[in-house]
Amino acid sequence: MKKIVVLAKQVPDTANVTGDAMKADGTVNRAALPAIFNPDDLYALEMALTIRDKIGGEVVVITMGPPKAAEILKHSLYMGADRVMLITDRKFAAADTLATSYVLAETIKKIGSVDLVLAGRQAIDGDTAQVGPQVADKIGLNQITYVSVLREFNDEYLIVERDGEVQTEVIKSGYPVLLTVTGQANTPRYPNCRRMLQYFRADVKENFDTSEISAAEAKGWIIPAYSLEDLGLDEDRCGLKGSPTKVHKIKNIMLKGGDLKMYGTKPTNIKQLVRDITKVYVEVN
Amino acid sequence: MKSIVFIEKNPVTGRLRNVSIELTYKAYTLSKPLKGEVTGVFAGDALPEDTDRLFQYGLDRLLYFTDERLKHLHSIAYKHILEAMIQSEEPDIVLFGATHTGRDIAPLIASSLKTGLTADCTQLYVKNYKDKGNILFQVRPAFGGNILATIITPDNRPMMASVREGVMLLPEEHPNHPHKMELFPVDFNESWVKSEFLSVVPKVKKADFNSAQIIVSGGAGVGSAGNFRLIRELASALGGEVGASRAAVDFGFVDKDHQIGQTGSVVRPKLYIACGISGQIQHRAGMEESQKIIAINKDPEAPIFKIAHMGVVGDLNEIIPVMLRYLKEEG
Repeated sequence: MKKIVVLAKQVPDTANVTGDAMKADGTVNRAALPAIFNPDDLYALEMALTIRDKIGGEVVVITMGPPKAAEILKHSLYMGADRVMLITDRKFAAADTLATSYVLAETIKKIGSVDLVLAGRQAIDGDTAQVGPQVADKIGLNQITYVSVLREFNDEYLIVERDGEVQTEVIKSGYPVLLTVTGQANTPRYPNCRRMLQYFRADVKENFDTSEISAAEAKGWIIPAYSLEDLGLDEDRCGLKGSPTKVHKIKNIMLKGGDLKMYGTKPTNIKQLVRDITKVYVEVN
Repeated sequence: MKSIVFIEKNPVTGRLRNVSIELTYKAYTLSKPLKGEVTGVFAGDALPEDTDRLFQYGLDRLLYFTDERLKHLHSIAYKHILEAMIQSEEPDIVLFGATHTGRDIAPLIASSLKTGLTADCTQLYVKNYKDKGNILFQVRPAFGGNILATIITPDNRPMMASVREGVMLLPEEHPNHPHKMELFPVDFNESWVKSEFLSVVPKVKKADFNSAQIIVSGGAGVGSAGNFRLIRELASALGGEVGASRAAVDFGFVDKDHQIGQTGSVVRPKLYIACGISGQIQHRAGMEESQKIIAINKDPEAPIFKIAHMGVVGDLNEIIPVMLRYLKEEG
């Protein structure tokens, strides 16, 4: 029986910036990007569910974000999470990794006696890969980052492969431990139909009519939300206030229009392309 | 402006990671104009074979601690040792390579020191900021690389940043400092060793982008692992290396070692031939410094054409075989 916490984040789908999301000036229209479950976090959730399904226990998915982030918690319920927690408060806004990890670590401490914390390797909006390790530091957990294979696990320990960039490391650790998981680790399961029927109305309390609330509670549809005050956090360590890094300036990336030479697809055009490639290669050398 | 650089050894070769040398020189350019020292911090089982190279790129001193138990990445042990070294120096700036090792340890130290850490910086410079004096400006791509953010850590010290290998360039002419190595005494605590390393297998590096003059890359548009054979054949016909976008890797067309872009390698070849790659910003971040870019893509609106020098709108599965035929004819 293990108590497993999964750290998840809702992110803008920055990996699929299609034509619609590009403005005429070549910059990205951020508002046009859909919000998705951070891809790496799905591998972390799948790993948590795999472990629970075999040795028993509870999977708790935590996310910090605006009320809309409850969408990924609903998806977690569909996949099989036992419990979800939305950590939401305007005072958490503009948190950097230090402030975010403080809030998440304190939440995990409140849950108490957690054996395993799983996080995605990194989020696709910030790409820092820092929150997982910083949570481990604050709770005083052992950590293994870049976990690419879950080889073996039982009540006593787990054995994983770590992608050490130049080498693959086979590592054994007891509990408690925090792992950050890469996309090589598994294939996240599809939402379970029965659970979708069960939780399709799951949402934060404020989105239910007052008359519906007691019925929704009975059905487990209310996604519990926790504020700074609920968690008894130090406001000075949260959000912008608790973030040592500040954004000084933001610049949209614009594609520079180049001296583009286009070729047709007829064999003679391709022949010319091959010739020109060779010529250009000689020129730049 | 005192800088510290995390010195990392490649555990397979026993030599310095290139990024450690790149960051040593970067730290030198940041600190020297302001009369600051550049100190390296190293922990491991033994010093890198080529440690002296650091002194050829501006390192003033190296603090080191070696212990057999540091043969493997025991994150907690590394954190305690490096943190003690950093604290003893009271630096303004601390730079880490954004390797899988640097990204494992640096966040632990930043968390413990309650300071800011800016990941994957592409530019670093020091400038006066309001009443804060000289601080580090850290430029990094964010939001999937669609924006460039300048991040500052105005009120905390040290200001920590990580940088990926190949991003900061080394100069042809460089400073040469006398060796100054100092053993940093550490009372190694056995409780820092929390994992057991059962085995370690060096990875066969399938792609060598460092020396590649020509790179032929395939993306989602290649369509299948079978079609990816065409990318390999074109690379081989041109004497180049095979690259890939993240999509091609995610679809399983090709091994992850070939991935170019924000989460793969950063490359600067003479010729970069992008086949079936739309040119998402994440990919461009790894290749747009290439001298000449050639794009083959079905979609005339694909962003790759905005940075390409030569382009063909069409199906690469029809175009590449024709290219291969002419390359053979030309001998």
